[in-house]
This record gives sequence, C-alpha cells and structure tokens, in this order.
Amino acid sequence: MLAKRIIPCLDIKDGQTVKGINFLELQNVGDPVEMGKRYAEEGADELVYLDISATLEGRKTFAELVKRIAENINIPFTVGGGISTVEDAGRLLLAGADKVTVNSAAVRNPQLISDIATRYGSQFVVVAIDAKKIDGKWTVTTHGGKRPTERELFTWAQEAQDRGAGEILFTSMDHDGTKNGYPCDTFAELSQMLSIPVVASGGAGNIDHIAEVLTDGKADAALAASIFHYGEIRINDLKQALADQNISVRL
Amino acid sequence: MITIIDYGTGNLESVKNALNRLDAEYILTSDHEAIRGSDRVLLPGVGEACMAMEKLRERGLVEVIRNLAQPVLGICIGLQLLCSHSEESNTECIGIFENKVKKFMSDTLKIPHMGWNDIYELRTPLFKGVDEHSYVYYVHSYAAEKNENTIAVTDYGIEYSGALHKNNFYGVQFHPEKSSVIGEKILKNFLEL
Repeated sequence: MLAKRIIPCLDIKDGQTVKGINFLELQNVGDPVEMGKRYAEEGADELVYLDISATLEGRKTFAELVKRIAENINIPFTVGGGISTVEDAGRLLLAGADKVTVNSAAVRNPQLISDIATRYGSQFVVVAIDAKKIDGKWTVTTHGGKRPTERELFTWAQEAQDRGAGEILFTSMDHDGTKNGYPCDTFAELSQMLSIPVVASGGAGNIDHIAEVLTDGKADAALAASIFHYGEIRINDLKQALADQNISVRL
Repeated sequence: MITIIDYGTGNLESVKNALNRLDAEYILTSDHEAIRGSDRVLLPGVGEACMAMEKLRERGLVEVIRNLAQPVLGICIGLQLLCSHSEESNTECIGIFENKVKKFMSDTLKIPHMGWNDIYELRTPLFKGVDEHSYVYYVHSYAAEKNENTIAVTDYGIEYSGALHKNNFYGVQFHPEKSSVIGEKILKNFLEL
C-alpha cells in the first residue's frame, strides 16, 4: 500500500536553516544537511528546502548547498524559491534535486510548468499554490499571501495538472501559521478533483490535525516546518501515532 | 569496479551519490569493452522507453547488455528496458525478462505511482536482511507484470513486479538510491552478489 508522506520543510537563507515567526525575526538554527539527515533518520519521507535568500550571492550559496544535500541525503528532496526559468530548474536537477517547486513565477507565466515538465518530466515539477478565501472564493495569492491574483484555486490547480505538474502543494493562507488545523473540506475537494498527489501545508498544530488532513482531507502528504523545528512533534512519534489510527505510513 | 551505463538519458547524479555513500568505486561509460570488463553493471535511467531503447541501440549497447555474464541491475526504467516489451510507445525492449510492461490503469488511484510503497514475497540474495513489507520509493507510470521472474511484489491497485531476476540479471522498479537505509541495503547486497 502506498504510504502517506510526512515532509519537513526547511527555510534556507544564505546557506543556513532559519526559522522565525515571521521573516523579520529569523534565527539561524543549523546546518541544512545535518538537519535533513536527522529528519531522514527520524523517518521523514521527503524533505523540502526553500531558498528565501534575497540576494544573488545567497542564491549561489543555495545551489552549492543543493549539491551537498544530494551527496548526503538518502531520501528524495524538493527545492524551491526563486525558480523562474527552465534553466533555473535544470541547474537544480543537475545539482541533484529530485523535484522543484514553482509558485509565483508559474502564476505569472504558466508556460513555465509546461516547459519544465516537457524538458525534465512531470515528476520533477511541484506547483505550490498559496490561496485564501476572499468574498467566499478561494483566491490564489503571491508574495506570502499579500497579493491576490485573478486566479481561483481549483481552476488554477486543474490548469497546473493539465500543463504537466506532478504534484500540487497547497497552503491555505487563512490557516498558515495559526496551528488550528487545515481546511479539510477544501483539501478533499482538491484531491478528488485532481489525478496527481496533493501535499497539505500550513496550519498543523498537533498530530490530530495532520491525521485529519490525511484522512478527511484526502491529502497524500503533509508538509510542516515549525512543529518539527521546535521539537514540538518528533517525526517518529507522529508516524507511530498515525499508524495507530490505521493511516498507512512508512515506519 | 562497477560500471554505470551512460547512454544519455540524463541525470545519474543520485545513483552516483548513493554509490559514493557506500564507498563503491564506479565509472560512467558507454564503452563496450569497459562494460564487458567490469564486475557489476548498473543500468539506470529516466525518461521514456522508446527513446531510451533508441539511445541504447545508437550506442550498440543492446547486444552488449544481452551478452553480459556478470551481475547486472536495472533501476526503474532500466528494469523496464530489460523486459520483453513496454506499452509505452509500443516498444520492443532488450528481452532478458519475458515480462511485459503495462501502463497503470485506474479511475481512483493517482498516476504516476509516486511515493513509498511496501514490497513483499521477497526472494534472492538481493533482499538479504530486508524485511517483508519494507518500504521503498517509487516514481513510475508503467510496471512489469508478475511472473516467475518476480522477486518482490508491490501492490498498487494491482500486484506487479517490484523487482525481477533471471540468471545474472536483476531489476528493481523502485529507486534504491532514494530509499533510505533499505535502499542502501539492497544496493550493498547487489554489490556483494
């Protein structure tokens, strides 16, 4: 049976893992490779590394880091942040990334999804969607939820799939950071509509939230950052608790 | 010395990295003599079956592979190429394994089959020390049917061959290079066959 995946996400700035309540209070929390290795040993099924560097120098450091991650980590990993061309994606593939996520750049230029999928395969392209409810409609946003776009969540997710996305990573900006759980109805609708996997992100505060989005929400995987970084939930404890609820996980 | 057959299907970094982590020595080549002369041969690859076969043919590698006597391991599409036929672009393959490769068909399951799935009915020293129902990492839309060559079964809507074996030839549909400690164990077993 295919296991539900648990995916820790690491934010990287200038080559270091950072965490913070918001982008103003970033703390350096350690070497990304060592943290990734530890998560892998604790039972993480995949890792996501997001580059939040704002400078060219930072971006270059990230590319070097990706190579080092590939050399040292024995599970699949996805990288994202600042990928706006096929060439950006290609460089990360060559550095050893298993998948890339595209977000704002794909909203601006949907052809990017088609181009990466055609060149490197659908399994390589994850489309990340940040959306929030505005006047009752799930509206796709960019810039960390600050800028609403013309796009609607379901039609955009469908278009991403049709263009060759291999996976959808959906974050509800209404729930992200709240630790109150996920909008499970929306996840279920999205997952049933699509034929590609849906990864749930943003909102987990406890083990039950993750269990709910993997069952009621029909998500194929759950991604989280802070609950793992702060040691609130250890991955092996989480997976054991999910297994106890008869959710199929790799132990 | 291990040879990774390089036939231009793209990224072999993860296989190289996995061998490095096992401290195994390898070369990447399409040279016939080097391939024939090595102790172990890996046939990895990503992409589409018809194009992959074409690339093997262009380099004269189909006959070379067919006649190898040392342990050979096909990974992912490498396993599919060692089968007799693939539904992907209706492709005649190398034909070591009689198995046919078919596309997953399902109204309910997500395709490609991507993620961690368990393997069972494990046979041969390739799976020495690997527990039944261990999880390995898969990314694929086509799979080889089950038959007497099957040495690991995976269930994703249907039961299919997670791994195949015949004489000196082995194939794994999953990615041992991405399958954590279980994958490393399987690769190590192959190197010790």
